[in-house]
Amino acid sequence: MTAVDTRPRTSKAKPRPLPRKRKRITAGSALVYISAFFLALLWLVPFLWALSTSFKTETDASLGQPIRWLPPEWSVEGYRTVLERGDHVTWMINSTVVSTIVTVLTLVLCVLAAYAFSRLEFPFKRTIYGVILAGIMIPPQAIIIPLFDVVSSLKMVDTYWGLALPQVVAPVMIFILKRFFDGIPRDYEEAATLDGAGHLRILRSVILPLSGPILAAVGIFTFILSWNNFLWPLLVANDPSIMTLPVGLGVVAGGYGLFYAQNMAAAVLGALPLLIVFLIFQKQIVRGVAGVGLSR
Amino acid sequence: MMTTDTQAPDAAPTADKPPSPTPTAVKRRSWTGLWFVLPFAAVYVVFLLWPMILGLYYSFTDKSLTGRPVSWIGLDNWTEAFGDERAWQSLLNTAEFTLYSTPPLVILALALALLTHRARKLGWFLRLSFFAPFVVPVSVVTMLWMWLYQPDGGLINHYLGAWGLGGDHLWVFQEHAMGSVVITTVWWTLGFNFLLYLAALQAIPNEVYEAADIDGANWWQKTVRITIPLLKRITALVIVLQLINSLRIFDQYYLMAGGGTNLSPEKVAIQHIYEMGFTGLRVGYASALSYILFVFILIVAIVQLRLLSRKED
Repeated sequence: MTAVDTRPRTSKAKPRPLPRKRKRITAGSALVYISAFFLALLWLVPFLWALSTSFKTETDASLGQPIRWLPPEWSVEGYRTVLERGDHVTWMINSTVVSTIVTVLTLVLCVLAAYAFSRLEFPFKRTIYGVILAGIMIPPQAIIIPLFDVVSSLKMVDTYWGLALPQVVAPVMIFILKRFFDGIPRDYEEAATLDGAGHLRILRSVILPLSGPILAAVGIFTFILSWNNFLWPLLVANDPSIMTLPVGLGVVAGGYGLFYAQNMAAAVLGALPLLIVFLIFQKQIVRGVAGVGLSR
Repeated sequence: MMTTDTQAPDAAPTADKPPSPTPTAVKRRSWTGLWFVLPFAAVYVVFLLWPMILGLYYSFTDKSLTGRPVSWIGLDNWTEAFGDERAWQSLLNTAEFTLYSTPPLVILALALALLTHRARKLGWFLRLSFFAPFVVPVSVVTMLWMWLYQPDGGLINHYLGAWGLGGDHLWVFQEHAMGSVVITTVWWTLGFNFLLYLAALQAIPNEVYEAADIDGANWWQKTVRITIPLLKRITALVIVLQLINSLRIFDQYYLMAGGGTNLSPEKVAIQHIYEMGFTGLRVGYASALSYILFVFILIVAIVQLRLLSRKED
């Protein structure tokens, strides 16, 4: 493991045991499997190197030469320092709270609006839909300066709401959900309407149960984007105790100096939550990102 | 024209979309719908529409973060912006980043998706490694890569040196901040384009290849003559999305090459806007700069919307 993963290209010619044999292995498909495997391994090198560094002692980590892929002496000192400092945990909690608010609100508000645009007739419907869709073209970064002004006049600087609410504005999600709702046949609702069900009930008992996959996709996508959002939380969270993980790590943790083992421990801890979520929900995330990503 | 590629397979296997949309369903015109739209509309107006209008207004004033009274100064901000060399330089740097990052992010993503699609038995492992970086926060990404780029003890310079490519130890970083940021960005965000391509590949029905199979075409021939042409539409979309994202570069550039570490005096557009507004406290001027960048992104976004709406019909 130590030598191979850093030079994938040179090892192509070497015959390696293939994952499993099917009917026959042509030279071509062997080459495909081997190069795919090593490219994937190469892609993991930054993670592996960080992991290795994080378990070294500070002295071993700062010693550049020679490169050692396995810590000569295993140590969890880096992790202990990061966790004892406490702020890392605070940022992680903040990120969880903010991303959860953003995801839940985005789902609720966008589902309600998309249902209305898909199923109801009301005054100014086309105008409102048009104005909302036009918002897709506005890059959030282009309005941060006046947005900050708005948020600070609402007294929301350094609050969870100030962090979360501007991220809830995702017109593209309405577009995606409306397109999905449009595809649900209306026959189901007609029965419910005859029973005298109101729109909220139709939405809850007819539309939502049929929309599981798209809701998961929108939710997961929103959560990842919000968890990793950097620019807006950087502006609106000045107090370290309200910072999200990306901002805390980027702004505050950098100031602790060049302790490599400790830095990499913080990086590993920072990467871990979403990596675990990704490992568990790999299928849904892959499908969700592909589905939502295209129309973003 | 090329609507078959993503559309047809899309529609085929979905069990949850049975046919029979009867558009003449019960639709009563009432105010109920407005109540459903209201919550989103309120957030939309307060946090998107209003800031957008406010920004336009500020760009004609000397509005400052210090909170002193605002006065109308006409086109002063705009004339200053068009004559501001640092602003142009920041736009040029952004363009440079876009130019360097887009081709690898599209081509490499396609190549890795083709490889993954072919090496099906390694599928989960390949998807995992290529996409995992995308779910990692940007500051973790820059921490990992700054450590890899370290002049002393950094992995990259070590191996470059060991293979006789290093020369002086500072290869990738300081002198080539832009190159380093591009490489880091490719590693970080490629997984997204990769997944889009992979989904498109999986949606191509096998029948498409039947004729070629009978003719005895090999994988490479089928890829070049059938698969890649079928991916034309999605490639257009991936390129446009990538252009928009690259033009909005800030996070990783700020963390690696600007801000605290300050290894490079060069700025990208959003960074310049950010510094004018929040360090220089000149909200009016920064708003004018924002609008100029916005126009550039808008042009690309209009192309995106046209591509998307063509998918609709």
